[in-house]
Amino acid sequence: MKTLNRRDFGVAVAAAILLPATTARADDMEVHIDNFVFQPAELTIKVGTTVSWTNRDDIPHTVVSAGKFRSKTLDTDDKFTFTFTNAGDYKYFCSLHPHMTGMIKVE
Amino acid sequence: MSGHDHGEDGVSRRKVLECMTWAGTGVLWTITGGVPRSLGIIDSAQAATAAAPGMTFLQISDSHVGFDKPANPNALGTLEEAINKINAMPAKPSFMIHTGDITHLSKAAEFDNADRIISQSKLDVHYVPGEHDFLDEEVKFYRERYGRGTKGAGWYSFDAGGVHFIGLVNVVDLKGGGLGNLGAEQLAWLEDDLRGKSKSTPVVLFAHIPLWTVYPEWGWGTEDGGRALEYVKGFGSVTVLNGHIHQVMQKVEGNVTFHTARSTAFPQPAPGTAPSPGPMKVEDAKLRSMLGVASINFKQNEQRLAIIDTPIQG
Repeated sequence: MKTLNRRDFGVAVAAAILLPATTARADDMEVHIDNFVFQPAELTIKVGTTVSWTNRDDIPHTVVSAGKFRSKTLDTDDKFTFTFTNAGDYKYFCSLHPHMTGMIKVE
Repeated sequence: MSGHDHGEDGVSRRKVLECMTWAGTGVLWTITGGVPRSLGIIDSAQAATAAAPGMTFLQISDSHVGFDKPANPNALGTLEEAINKINAMPAKPSFMIHTGDITHLSKAAEFDNADRIISQSKLDVHYVPGEHDFLDEEVKFYRERYGRGTKGAGWYSFDAGGVHFIGLVNVVDLKGGGLGNLGAEQLAWLEDDLRGKSKSTPVVLFAHIPLWTVYPEWGWGTEDGGRALEYVKGFGSVTVLNGHIHQVMQKVEGNVTFHTARSTAFPQPAPGTAPSPGPMKVEDAKLRSMLGVASINFKQNEQRLAIIDTPIQG
């Protein structure tokens, strides 16, 4: 970013302003954690989609995809979001309760 | 998976479920002639303590300090009640082990509060961590407080009363889809730690997550727990003490006795009886009655456990 010229900066700002409006569309996806289960357990999305995970249990959980993303500990009602910029299959799990697993397929 | 799944022999399913209906405060262990015997949950244990010679130690577990959800809005309070009961015991135990989940969210204040209450017992406490004790960003609070003199993520051994105690850590580096995990480094250490020990030395293994497979659907087991159990196979008396599942469960396999302790914070459902292993909300009055008493007696070469449970109320 340090070589950013004035014009590109303007574009970046415009994109930053537009982005929340555009990503707030229907392709934002949500995963809920209820009863130690990621729901839905598998999600197919398009590149650029932001997925949010919300913990609705009385017990903390995490969302971890090895080498890809790692949430902080999510206490009750805490949320973690991640924007998928590359296609691929992203297996993830809760590092506290590793029997909890999920998958995001990015096309 | 380990070769220590529930068999049809030993404790019947009904018996197991009966055991699991209590919740309590701590388990009192005594060692007579080198064989640990559980004398039950604190109050009922008191009479037995007076009569039982040999070394006595306590196990408490899963205090979850900081937990304030409906299943128990005051987990610190129930921990204090447990400690008060320990303090009221006529015979002072030699020491205490805590099998993890000291705190709920690994906050410094939670560790401080836990220590403030537990230290009122004036007992030496040997800790192993639960997964709830490694949640701080830098994963340092547990280690700063309890990690001194330990190896790796916090494993260690010590001798007391002629018994070799081994505290293991099975809550780090967990793999997606898997169970609790000891890891190659810790297993190598364990094998080395036991090398040269006389097979007549009683061994107590303690760790947070059960080292045996209780219910893999809820992650209640340790992926490589069977490896650890192989190393202690030749020993005449092996006792495996765990927490994590917030209910009493036990089985005996040959010379190995497996036992899980109750939580001081909140009960969890029996395997498969609820949609998830999350905190189980019971009526307020029942929570106290679940802080009941139980005596668990077992002797070498006896397959069946003698279990007597007596609630404090009702």
